[in-house]
Parts: sequence; C-alpha cells; structure tokens
Amino acid sequence: MKARTFWRHIVESLKSIKRNGWMTIAAVSAVAVTLLLVGSFIAILMNVNKLASDVEEDVSVRVYVDLAAEEEDQEALQESLEELDEVETVVYSSRDDELTQVIGSYGDEFGLFDGDDNPLYDVFIVNTAAPEVTSEVAGQAEELSYVADVNYGGATADRLFEVMATVRNVGAIIIIALIFTAVFLIANTIRITIFSRSTEIEIMKLVGATNWFIRWPFLIEGALIGFIGALIPVSIISYVYLSGFDTLMTYLSGTYFALLPPNPFLYQIVALLLTIGIVIGSVGSSLSIRKFLKV
Amino acid sequence: MIEMTNVYKKYPNGITAINGLDVKIDQGEFVYVVGPSGAGKSTFIKMIYREEVPTQGNVKVGEFDLVKLKAKKVPYLRRHVGVVYQDFKLLPRLTVSENVAYAMQVVGKNPKAIQKRVLEVLDLVGLKHKVRMFPNELSGGEQQRVAIARAIANMPRVLIADEPTGNLDPETAWGIMDLLEEINNHGTTIIMATHNSDIVNRVRHRVLAVENGRIARDQEGGEYGYEG
Ligand SMILES: Nc1ncnc2c1ncn2[C@@H]1O[C@H](COP(=O)(O)OP(=O)(O)O)[C@@H](O)[C@H]1O
Ligand SMILES: [Mg+2]
Repeated sequence: MKARTFWRHIVESLKSIKRNGWMTIAAVSAVAVTLLLVGSFIAILMNVNKLASDVEEDVSVRVYVDLAAEEEDQEALQESLEELDEVETVVYSSRDDELTQVIGSYGDEFGLFDGDDNPLYDVFIVNTAAPEVTSEVAGQAEELSYVADVNYGGATADRLFEVMATVRNVGAIIIIALIFTAVFLIANTIRITIFSRSTEIEIMKLVGATNWFIRWPFLIEGALIGFIGALIPVSIISYVYLSGFDTLMTYLSGTYFALLPPNPFLYQIVALLLTIGIVIGSVGSSLSIRKFLKV
Repeated sequence: MIEMTNVYKKYPNGITAINGLDVKIDQGEFVYVVGPSGAGKSTFIKMIYREEVPTQGNVKVGEFDLVKLKAKKVPYLRRHVGVVYQDFKLLPRLTVSENVAYAMQVVGKNPKAIQKRVLEVLDLVGLKHKVRMFPNELSGGEQQRVAIARAIANMPRVLIADEPTGNLDPETAWGIMDLLEEINNHGTTIIMATHNSDIVNRVRHRVLAVENGRIARDQEGGEYGYEG
C-alpha cells in the first residue's frame, strides 16, 4: 500500500471516530472496563503466584529430637543430618527457643509452660538445596535414631499449590471470557455505526474501492478505540500498583515474601493491556465489517 | 469493446430477466437502451459493471472477461467503467469535491493530481462553485452532475447510465443529456437506459430495444418506439 493511501486511511478513521461520538465513547468504555478487570486479575494472579513460590522456597524440614536423647546423641544426630545429600544447613533450635517463638507469635498464655513444663521438643531446622527434595530429606531423617517426628510443611505447601492452580485456571477462564465480551461489545458497537453506513459501503464498492480500501479505516478506527480504551485501565492500574506496592512492601519487610517489583512487571502489564486493546479493537471491527463487504 | 454472447440471467427467485441476449458495442458509441418496465434493461446494464453475473453466456468489457473475473478483481473493472444511477448514489457525508475525490483515492492517485482533476470535472459539469456543499444541499439535477463528474473522474472508457434523468424535470434532464453528449464527444462510450422518448427522438443515436430479456430491435439512429 502506498504511504499516502495509508495516511488517508488514518485521517478517515479519525474523522469517523469523531463523527460517531457516542458510539465511540460506548466502545471505548467497553474496552476500558474489560481491560481494567483483565489487568487487575493478571496483576493479582501474578503476585499470588510470586508469593506461592516464595513460600515454596521457604519450605524447610523440622526434625524433632526425642526427649530421651542425651547431648552426644543430639550431636550425632546433627552430624548425620548434615551428612545427608541435598542438605544445605542444619540449625539447632532448643525447646526454650521454640517456646519463645510460640509466645512471640501466639501470645503470653503460653508463658505458663515456661521451664520444665515446656511441652515442646528440641528441633533441628534443615534447609534443603531445592524445595522439591524436602519430602525425600524428611523421609531419610525419619530413619535416623532419636528422631521423634519430622515435619516439612509439605502438606501446607501442596495444598497451597493446589489452590493456586485452581485460582490460576479460573482466572484464565474469566480473563478469556472478559476478552470475548469486549470483542463482542466492540464488534456490536462498530456494527451499529457500519450498519448506518452499509449503503455507503455499497457505493464505495461501485466506484471501484477494494475491500481492503474500505476495511482499513474501520480497522484503524477499531485499533484506536481499543488503544484509547486501554489507556484508562493502564493509568488506573499503574497508579494503584505503584502506591499499593509501597504500602504492602512495608508490611512484608522482614519476611521472605515480596511482591513483583513495578519494573519490569508494571511495564509488562501496560504493554500487554495496550496490545490486547489494539487487538480486540481491530478484531472487533473486522468481524463487524465482514458481512457488509460481501456486497 | 463490450460484447455479450448468448447471455441468460435467471435470478435466484426464478425470474429470467435476460433470455438469450447478443450485442456488440464499439468504443465511442452512444447507445440508448429502451423498453418497457421489467424488460431487463437494468439487469443488462448491471452485467456490464458486474453487479450481476450471467447464469449462462459471455460478457466481455475491454480486456475483462466478466464471467471469469474473480470477485477480488471487480474493483479494477469498476475503475474503467463509470456508472451513473437514477438515485445518484452519492456519499452523503462527503462534500461535492470529496465525493469526486473518493473515486480517485480508491485508485491511489496523488492528492495534487486528484485536486486538479476534481476541479476540472466539476468545472465540466458546471458545479465548480459548489465544491464544498453536501449532496443534500443540492438539487436533483446538481446531484446527478456530481455523480457524472465522479463517474468520469478516472477517465473511464465507458460511462453507463441507468435512467439518469428518471428523477429529473425535463429541463434539467436536457442539461444532463448535453453533458453526456459532450463526454461522448471526447471518445467515451455511453450506454444509457432511458424512458425519455423526447431525448431519444431528438438526439438520435443507436437504439437497443429490450423486451422479455432479448434485443427486440437494434437500430442506428432509431426512434424511442414506445408510448411516451
Ligand atoms: N435482484 C433481483 N432479484 C430478482 N428479480 C429481479 C431482480 N432484479 C430484477 N428482477 C426482475 O427481473 C426482471 C427485469 O428487471 P430489470 O432488469 O430491473 O428491468 P427494467 O430495468 O427493464 O425495468 C423483472 O421482472 C424484475 O422483477
Ligand atoms: Mg430499470
């Protein structure tokens, strides 16, 4: 296509956007609302995903030492644990340390267990080289002597991952449904404006316009509507994410957990939403014009 | 130039509008197509710019074989065949000059050449002073002049007109007729379906009388031949 012909199509599409005032606003709003939902969904999903993998990395094996174990038995156990393959660190936490932690997180009611009434075990906290081998290491640790119990939070993590998978699938379905709705809304909106122009399209064909000559302005119009519609959720999401990020990160400081940093995550979402906007806009308009070109 | 051989056209509803038609029209001719209502004049004309495709037979326009012509190529045929309709078919949201320019943008002409030619043809049809008006601000005769200007903008070899004066008063009709004569004098073939006996009888040209989808009479310089 010649550059001046393309330029002409752009000018035509801008004229049309202006001429169809209310319809343009309706279509832009449809895109804006849909993409706001889609964008928020994606932002939340990706962050939940990130938190889940933070949890995964935080999985460690807790080996409870039998109360009958003497000091040298404990030392022997620590050595055996350290000798296991895949074990990176072994940290000792006495029953008193454990109780202090419990009191720290659950409150002073546990203070009455102080001293000899302490019902807790001494614990070795074993960190593995990779999260996938925690259950294996836990199994090996169970075989060792003076081990009262082994706990690796595997059940919790597994359940978390299951929930995550469900959330992700449901989210994906909702996102796809939303995108379809947007395409449909745009197709319909543009169809209404084209419908009033069907005689015009017929005349255009009679004076020798090719289908593409007629189609281009509509495609560009749709793409522009999608682009403008995407700008609104892009600014809302950017604003909310940037301010929300700072607030939440102060809460999360000192933990293993972190949200996805705005750079590059926010840029990626912005690019994604703008792309989706442009694509649904042009797909919507080409769907609606298809019928009228078969004159 | 234009050649139809053994052409039949049966519409999907079962009506046979063209029923074994043969005709040959040379470059530069002026041809009237006359005949009663429903005889098939419009169908005959529509087959020349391929709005309708014959169900049987051959239609050739210049180097285009319209039966074999793919739908995608139809726009290129239309650029060589200017068409003028009874109801003008102007684009209502474009001004007079934009309407004419549209037919040239379609071809990808450059804006300077378009601007020059638009003024040229609008001057020819006598509407140079109304370039910025919209179709609904013009009289029927003026709208038809714009349509003619648009039809000849790309310098087609053929200009087809289906009852171009059908909606116009006699005086305006004569103005349009003079214009078509002038275009014909420049070498453009003109094919004009009409019910205007006055014009056909006063400005003599070849007459094709269509009846029941056939050429009933093909007469150089003939009369209209039906009740006025
Ligand atoms: N699109 C169409 N579908 C079905 N029948 C048609 C169509 N166009 C014309 N006809 C029929 O074909 C016959 C010829 O019509 P037409 O070519 O318009 O004649 P004219 O222009 O001489 O009045 C008429 O009987 C008309 O009803
Ligand atoms: Mg007719």
